[in-house]
Amino acid sequence: MRVLGGRPEGLTSLSLDGDLDPRARLVVVGNGMAGARLVEEVLERGGGEQFRITVFGDEPHGTYNRIMLSPVLAGETAEDEIVLNSHDWYADNGVTLRAGVRVERVDTAAKVVHAADGSSTAYDHLVLATGSHSFVPPMAGVRTDDGGLLPGVYGFRTIDETRAMLAATSCCRRAVVLGGGLLGLEAARALQGHGLEVDLVHAMPWLMNAQLSREAGAVLERSVASLGITVHLDVLATEVLGDGHVEGVLLRDGRRLDCDLLVVAAGVRPHTDVAVRSGLEVERGVVVDDQLRTDDPDVYAIGECAQHRGAVYGLVAPAWEHARVLADVLTGTDPTAEYHGSRTATKLKVAGVDVAVMGVSTPERDSDEVLVISEPKRGVHLSVVVRDDRLVGATLLGDTRKVAYLTQAFDRGTALPEERIRLLVDLSDGREEVGVADLPADSQVCNCNGVTKGAICGAVADGCGSVGAVMDRTRAGKGCGSCKALVKQVVEWAADGDVAEDPAAAYYVPGVPLAKPALVAAIRERELRSVSAVFAALAPGGREDARSKMGLASLLKTVWGTDLVREKDAEFVNDRVHANIQRDGTFSVVPQMKGGVTTPAQLRRIADVAEKYEVPMVKVTGGQRIDLLGVRKEDLPAVWADLGMPSGYAYGKSMRTVKTCVGSDFCRFGLDDSTQLGIDLETRFQGIESPAKIKMAVVGCPRNCAEAYVKDVGVVAVGSGRWEVYVGGAAGATVRKGDLLATVGSPQEVLTLVGRFLQYYREHANWLERTYDFVPRVGLERVRSVVVDDAEGIGADLDAGMQRSIDAYTDPWGQDGREPATPGQFRAALPLLPLPLVPVR
Amino acid sequence: MSVTDTRLEAPTGVRAHTVGRAEDVPPGEGRAFVAGGVQVAVFRLRDGSLHATQAACPHAGGPLADGQTDPDVLVCPLHLYGFRWTDGSSTAGVPPVTRYPVREVDGLLVVET
Repeated sequence: MRVLGGRPEGLTSLSLDGDLDPRARLVVVGNGMAGARLVEEVLERGGGEQFRITVFGDEPHGTYNRIMLSPVLAGETAEDEIVLNSHDWYADNGVTLRAGVRVERVDTAAKVVHAADGSSTAYDHLVLATGSHSFVPPMAGVRTDDGGLLPGVYGFRTIDETRAMLAATSCCRRAVVLGGGLLGLEAARALQGHGLEVDLVHAMPWLMNAQLSREAGAVLERSVASLGITVHLDVLATEVLGDGHVEGVLLRDGRRLDCDLLVVAAGVRPHTDVAVRSGLEVERGVVVDDQLRTDDPDVYAIGECAQHRGAVYGLVAPAWEHARVLADVLTGTDPTAEYHGSRTATKLKVAGVDVAVMGVSTPERDSDEVLVISEPKRGVHLSVVVRDDRLVGATLLGDTRKVAYLTQAFDRGTALPEERIRLLVDLSDGREEVGVADLPADSQVCNCNGVTKGAICGAVADGCGSVGAVMDRTRAGKGCGSCKALVKQVVEWAADGDVAEDPAAAYYVPGVPLAKPALVAAIRERELRSVSAVFAALAPGGREDARSKMGLASLLKTVWGTDLVREKDAEFVNDRVHANIQRDGTFSVVPQMKGGVTTPAQLRRIADVAEKYEVPMVKVTGGQRIDLLGVRKEDLPAVWADLGMPSGYAYGKSMRTVKTCVGSDFCRFGLDDSTQLGIDLETRFQGIESPAKIKMAVVGCPRNCAEAYVKDVGVVAVGSGRWEVYVGGAAGATVRKGDLLATVGSPQEVLTLVGRFLQYYREHANWLERTYDFVPRVGLERVRSVVVDDAEGIGADLDAGMQRSIDAYTDPWGQDGREPATPGQFRAALPLLPLPLVPVR
Repeated sequence: MSVTDTRLEAPTGVRAHTVGRAEDVPPGEGRAFVAGGVQVAVFRLRDGSLHATQAACPHAGGPLADGQTDPDVLVCPLHLYGFRWTDGSSTAGVPPVTRYPVREVDGLLVVET
């Protein structure tokens, strides 16, 4: 067995005979997080000169971070990364580590520790930090005759158990997890990530009942169930089935759950055997006073094995407070230091859901104020309990943005806002209004177009009666769009609330007074196959509108595929010349580089083209491609011909690129072949027209090196051939983590699911509405029901619509490069005037 | 095709320049030319009418010939500022564009600058 945090040359560190050593002997029993932290705190206070320190550890390993066992089990963290103090660390700090040696008994009269290897170690001060052990509920058949657990049954407490479970996942198919607390949920999530079918059995009526209210527990249950974990509540397992290896469990209500892996995570109990055998006072834990002293004046207890003022803690924060206080006392840094109990506030991620809990979860007195915001659909449940104007409890599930503020209020008892709802949400009225009023007139509201508050107020004063009219007049909010909400507030403030509802806000494009569904229906019904035909039939007075042309041209391509009448003037210049216009009227050229994978030959050609056409800048893009910037319009066809590569569509409202990581081919953490899947996605969806640009990424593990969580479509390998598909992510002017749409079992399923999602988005999103706005607007549940569950029965239509567009794909560079679509398509638009020059670097 | 823009009287000293062939400017689009040392953008709207403006946008020098058009306005491709055909004024408060008379003569485009 490999020793975690071990030394290559062996485990024991040499210690000189101590008879001549004048230092007092400090012995610590337990090499977990509490014991190790105590040693660190003692050393930090100069205790290395005061004490000869010996640490006994039951496990052979160095100290590791037990909290991180869940990500290790999930395959997200390597076990080396969770080592806190290695064997080397102990040796370097002059601490004797007796790892793998169990302490049997303490003779408090003789002040000697007796260990299982027969050794006796004298002490002056003894600290018990023995922690907890997994509680195995009484069930028939759970143990073999020799008292060990039936093969296939695991606790979830140590690295060795975690390793054994990890090894077992490769040959198991069904797992049952007993216990719906933090540990059980983490185990269930991790095993499910390895491709196992997981049943979670919890004896209480709701999940995490120790920390959450019933309502919050129900919201969490919904989120957990949506991951594909089957939850059984309020039922006990009475018998473990299987002869020689676990085959299933029997529940009290008679149901049988088959499994080949059983995880017992039904809570922990303080490890008090040593203390009991040594005659120390033990109740639930080892009883200690405010200086962590047991009833023997030279024996102390800290961490999860200690019981202080009736409380036993199962969290790391109190253990660290214990360690600090005891180090102060032992080293004499502060001989009067005392521990008075912990107010526990904890923030963690349970089965992918953010949870923060502090204090009480439900009101306990008649006079307690309680505020609850529950949105089960979004997996969000927030509650606070206020007593005598102080925050005494808070639960944040699924949305922990307010945790810093609440923790401060909880810990320090700071004053609470009069309107209690402000504890949980930032309201956009009231204070915000004051904010807009207080804004100086010259402060910039729209940074893209440099529009000040004063300019917006001026437009309102000049008679612009709606937000849209103000935006048209001033161009505020017409750049990246991220300031639209603020623009709206300023307009409403300036107009004193007298703002007209903008009917045009619902139109797909401003020049045709129809929302997208009605517009698409009319186009289909009346067979409108060109942009000018749409204006003639549907616009008021048949009047063209320049600002509507691009959106209509895109929509017609989505509706008709190749079967449409193309009009070049309806296209934006980028689409006319298949390149992205720059500030000086030149263009950027980005060849396709599927999945970000290129070859020396491609690079050589790109280099040759850059030199031949004197390209002022060659830059690596954020989408893992190479951008040739500053290409003259008239050079475009020749550049394409010399490159001999297809268009990368870096200019269009279309599928742009698929970023990938190196996946399983080279990366030592890669769980699956993300590179190939990225290439396959880009091949399938190259150039697909859409309401706004689409960026994708595929990563080979949840480390997310290619940023799949913040893409319009992000695919994450989670091992065992399974892939998570996220949609609606963004990392531009808006930053948003994508929503998990589904977890599927093969690359082919990913391609199908992504195609269906894209087609649904193409057919239903507004013009220029990115997926990060579309998905929340429509609602993830709705999107999922349509594209995953096919609840509306349109799945086959969506697939066919997408296939039509895929079949219609042609490389525009190959096409127009040979023969211009219109006369003078690539004629210079600015041949003479000196323009603002972009400096050549 | 007849002369389509007669609203502007050519001041004295103005000279007419033949800049290209009529088919050089496709319907709905614009193309840039040099007329007597002045750079101009010539547009043919979908109704067949011809218009000519300065070639660079007064806002930030954008290539107006690459813009999009309708019967009312020309929209610059860089920052989407609109300019009215009637008087060259901006729909969003930037300086106006200069317009030039343009007509088609015997299949050729003639611009007066």
